[in-house]
Amino acid sequence: MTDFHHIGKKTSRPDGPDKAAGKAHYIHDLQRPGMLYGKIKFSDHPHARIKHIDTSKAKRLAGVRAVITANNTPEIRIGFLRDNFALKKDKVRQYRDEVAAVAAINLEIAKEAVELIQVEYEPLPGVFCPHEAMKGGSPLIHETDAQGRPRTDNMVPLKFHHESGDLEAGKRAAKYSVEGEFSTPMVQQCCMGTAGCIAEFDMNNNLTIWAKTQIPFLAQRDFNRALSDMGLPDKNARVIVPTLGGGFGSGLDTHAYEYIAILLAFQTGCPVKIVYTRDEEFANLSPRQSSTTKIIQGCDRNGKLTFREVEVLQDNGAYTSWGATYPSVMMMPATSLYRVSNVYFNARLVYTNNTYCQAMRGYGNPEHTWALESNMDELAQEAGIDPFEFRMLNRNESDETTPMGLKVSTCGLKECLETVARKLDWKKKRAKDKRTGKGMASLIHVGGGARIYRSDASGLILKLDDFGNVNVYHGGVEMGQGLHSVLSLAVAEALGVRPEKVLINPTDTGTCPWDVGTHASRGAFMACNTAILAANKLRSQIFELAEELFPKEVEKNLKKFIKKNPGYTPPDFNVPKASKRERFELRDGFVFIKDGPQEPWLRIELGRLLRAIHFRSQGQMLTTEVFYDPPNELPDFERGFGNISSTYAYGAQGAEVEVDTETGEVKILRMVAAHDVGRVLDPQALKGQIYGALAQGVGYALYEKLESQQGKILNHNFRDYKIPTVQEMNFPIDLEFIETNDSYGPFGAKGVAEPGLVPTAPAIANAIYDAVGVRIRDLPITPEKILAALKQLKQTK
Amino acid sequence: MEPGMKIEISFILNGSEVKVSVHSHHRLIDVLREQLGQTGTKEGCGEGECGACTVIIDGLAVNSCLYPALEVEGKSVTTIEGLQGPKNELSVIQQAFVEQGAIQCGFCTPGMIMSAKALLDSTSDPSEEDIRDALLGNLCRCTGYVQIVEAVKKAAAQLKGKQ
Repeated sequence: MTDFHHIGKKTSRPDGPDKAAGKAHYIHDLQRPGMLYGKIKFSDHPHARIKHIDTSKAKRLAGVRAVITANNTPEIRIGFLRDNFALKKDKVRQYRDEVAAVAAINLEIAKEAVELIQVEYEPLPGVFCPHEAMKGGSPLIHETDAQGRPRTDNMVPLKFHHESGDLEAGKRAAKYSVEGEFSTPMVQQCCMGTAGCIAEFDMNNNLTIWAKTQIPFLAQRDFNRALSDMGLPDKNARVIVPTLGGGFGSGLDTHAYEYIAILLAFQTGCPVKIVYTRDEEFANLSPRQSSTTKIIQGCDRNGKLTFREVEVLQDNGAYTSWGATYPSVMMMPATSLYRVSNVYFNARLVYTNNTYCQAMRGYGNPEHTWALESNMDELAQEAGIDPFEFRMLNRNESDETTPMGLKVSTCGLKECLETVARKLDWKKKRAKDKRTGKGMASLIHVGGGARIYRSDASGLILKLDDFGNVNVYHGGVEMGQGLHSVLSLAVAEALGVRPEKVLINPTDTGTCPWDVGTHASRGAFMACNTAILAANKLRSQIFELAEELFPKEVEKNLKKFIKKNPGYTPPDFNVPKASKRERFELRDGFVFIKDGPQEPWLRIELGRLLRAIHFRSQGQMLTTEVFYDPPNELPDFERGFGNISSTYAYGAQGAEVEVDTETGEVKILRMVAAHDVGRVLDPQALKGQIYGALAQGVGYALYEKLESQQGKILNHNFRDYKIPTVQEMNFPIDLEFIETNDSYGPFGAKGVAEPGLVPTAPAIANAIYDAVGVRIRDLPITPEKILAALKQLKQTK
Repeated sequence: MEPGMKIEISFILNGSEVKVSVHSHHRLIDVLREQLGQTGTKEGCGEGECGACTVIIDGLAVNSCLYPALEVEGKSVTTIEGLQGPKNELSVIQQAFVEQGAIQCGFCTPGMIMSAKALLDSTSDPSEEDIRDALLGNLCRCTGYVQIVEAVKKAAAQLKGKQ
């Protein structure tokens, strides 16, 4: 199936023109009649008892419609461990804790009112270091769990563990081994459009919420539970997703601000909008979780890996969101990147009084690949093997099952590594005096969905209308990545219509079928697989109905054709006899008989056939629905076993850098990215995904860190938190896509949204080592760290 | 001026004169988005760091989140809404952004396009360095800027061909 009409062809995304014209409507642009503006009062302490909240002045301010605290609203618990609250009652555990909120007729009044709220605290000792937080006698962040049972330590009650083979035997078999400790910082998703929502109740007490979310249906479940907590047990939350100004994982959980907007909307009976400022977004939205990874790997005298041992410690922050489940993804590269049979992996998570964390693109994989691929280079050096050859020697292959039980259907790692080596002129001798160096790193990531919940499914509805339009209802979220672009191509390809006839409707729990969420690089994989299934169903229906209706329409056509072309003799062809479902084809919006004469009158426009189906006695409108749950397994994360995805994406990236030994500055001269994408569906969107992810990887490698002191975020603006600009990204990026044509993938494709940033940081770090001989183990690799390491290197020489 | 007092100002917005009453603390972006309903101009940071709110005032690209509304009196302001041609047609630069895949989430796009327009209005044959300089104040988190720079190059070539 390689003869595609739309798949793989250059195309422009359908939402491009509106976005270019400033006509796409983000949460910031939406208004509702009678809408009020909400504002949140955050904690002044990282850990303190709340003694008293005085809202009297705020309530008296003209224009204020409601002031809420935990004392005058029902308790709403949030987070998958239920350890967080929409509004905090007895105690604050982080600076961003929500203690009160107001709704006012405009934002200025809301801001003023929040400043009038006075909170009396009794400060408690805080703990900000995960190592400290694990020690006995450390301040307890949570005195009880969600069920009210007393807690005695700060360990988060989640286990991520894997053991396979015989670790000690693997160690004995190793001739060389290298140990290292690597760390990664908290970084912020930095969506250009900040977070926000509008909550509105109708007079039946059903809620509509316009939310910046990647999980509309899980959010619906969360909000429905909140409505129940509010004494509205059988009421429904309808979640509508406006145009998103980026996601990158920030929309993977529901947030306290959303519940606060819901409480304010219910209290006031008016729509309430809360949108974070950039400052609030940096300080109060959950960033990527930091991590510390101890890794030891060993290989035999021939360079074959014999064991891998990994211990991860994560600072969970004050509450639990999806950041806490990064180890579920970390164990994928830990067990399955390169062939290694004796593996130990263990992760621990600790509560602290730091900001709590959640999902960000890559979800634990960039953190772990940073340690693993840096350590691979160190081990290669120890064993005296070229890092490229070392990787090739241990590479994964198609049709293998890894220690975690991942079933690798197709694997393009060999081709990716070879491409990087070739394009980077790997074998060319380096000019050592120039302070330039080359490095590479590989990756494995989920490419066929990721079952981290009891369902990994996605639904799709295709509704045909009288004009041959295909209206699509899908629960996945377009957050900029190009989901709607690729979905329109997949529907067009699979059904046989022009992409411009595919109209994708806004994501809305009221109209779209269920989808677990747009995460884990599953958007295009799921959407396109559902599109193929739905299109096949529709084609069967159309072709069945055409058996009766096609000959009638063709007869009318022929009459007209002969009238226009007097003297025309039609070929001897029995149309009614040939009108059999298996002989029909639909392409470019026309139905025809595939083995029949290709005469113009023998082609019926789809809209016309649909009208014939509709406007007759016992007429029909064609709508079809599918629900697809990919063939993968919910792993047992405590044992570290299970085929989490139905296929896996591989890739490799290479960097050439120049290091200024006077200033410690790193200049990236060029990068190469080779990714096993299964199949290129939408070349422009695909390039955009890899370029954009790689840029985030460059930020992760060299610039970004959310600085926190005693739990307070210090760099809450783009002046102090540096993301790459057009100047930092001023180097050539050579992309190559390896097509492995995976049997589980739609048209052979794998998910690609996250892989682009997974190996970037270690590839750059390995290049820096190659250039100047210093190994930085703590991201980001700042000039200060390089200078300090160079100084140390000089001293030890 | 007494606190709370509003002053009427008039300026040219996308070729037409507009009159609005503003407070001294109002920023141009507030006037555009809230008073005039021109929501194509985006607020990404409110501190002049991200460039999402870029508009063109008398030929210069400026951050409308830092620009006091009072100062726009008598000036000519172009926003993203002013680029669109008759019959719902995109301008050359906008079209180049669409065709080159320079748009993902699109939140930075209007600001990017306005910075590109200010450059291409004043420079007919910009070098890649000129383009990068012009876009330096516009942050994008989605694209890595590759296709954005390509789009501006393409638009420059097309506009040059039209001259």
